Amino acid sequence: MKTLAELAEIREKMKGKVAMRQNDGNETRIIVGMGTCGIAAGARPVLAALVEEVSKEKLEETVTVTQTGCIGICQYEPVVEVIEPGKEKVTYVKMTAEKAQRVVAEHIKGGKVVTAFTIGANVAK
Amino acid sequence: MRELSLNILDIAQNSVRAEATAITITLMEDAEGWLTFEIADNGKGMDAETVRRVSDPFYTTRTTRRVGLGLPFLRLAAEQTGGSLEIRSTPRGEGEDHGTVVRAVFNMKHIDAAPLGDMISTLCVLLQGQPQINWLYIHTTPRGEVRLDAEELRAVLGEDISLDETEVINWIRDYLDEQYSTLD
Repeated sequence: MKTLAELAEIREKMKGKVAMRQNDGNETRIIVGMGTCGIAAGARPVLAALVEEVSKEKLEETVTVTQTGCIGICQYEPVVEVIEPGKEKVTYVKMTAEKAQRVVAEHIKGGKVVTAFTIGANVAK
Repeated sequence: MRELSLNILDIAQNSVRAEATAITITLMEDAEGWLTFEIADNGKGMDAETVRRVSDPFYTTRTTRRVGLGLPFLRLAAEQTGGSLEIRSTPRGEGEDHGTVVRAVFNMKHIDAAPLGDMISTLCVLLQGQPQINWLYIHTTPRGEVRLDAEELRAVLGEDISLDETEVINWIRDYLDEQYSTLD
């Protein structure tokens, strides 16, 4: 059974790590739209996949996953924005958990924007 | 929305936007198949006129577009099963107990009732997004109870480890998973 004692162990293990972490504005931010439109379009599994992949790839020191409300492009939800220091923001649209995994692997880890999922590649022609 | 747990996520996000510091989510299932859920917050609340209007699809507080669909759809969904939706609110400045309570009743045996769905994911999203809020979750069923108290977890974690740390969220997911598996 999961116990609170186990949570205390996690605390001891993480204490050093969290203290070492630098919040110098050099981290990459992944922002998921969790307004009504995002939730209805399937943002919950997208967020879960992003958190899981970032943890699996041990990127927590340099990458944060956060949530925001509706950003006004509801027809493109679920929307995920990636903001890397010194680079232009990338907006991914109509995301799924599978696409989120690819974004972490190819963009966040590999440094290469997954162009096919960006808003630029998905606007109605 | 395809799952009631997504509606619960949506309503709880409203509580977050209302600047609540404590949000209690209770689910009560009875043996006859009725599910009552309640999201209660200590946020800034709404006046009577606003409460009246939030069920109207053409009323929304959002500024990005003019239609708010969360609560009207939830009311429709509840009433379709023979249940109901009730919103009570006290605005800040009118006494101590400001905040909002949204209470929905569903007949889960009705053919139009959406399934409850994945409450564990809903809770993980809420705690990951707003780790500073005092979340309290209680789901009672005829088979037993599932419970999560953010204050209790924070007492163990201390001040330097936030609830939104991935390892903590993963633990919370497993903790809830285990509690739910004992109900089956």
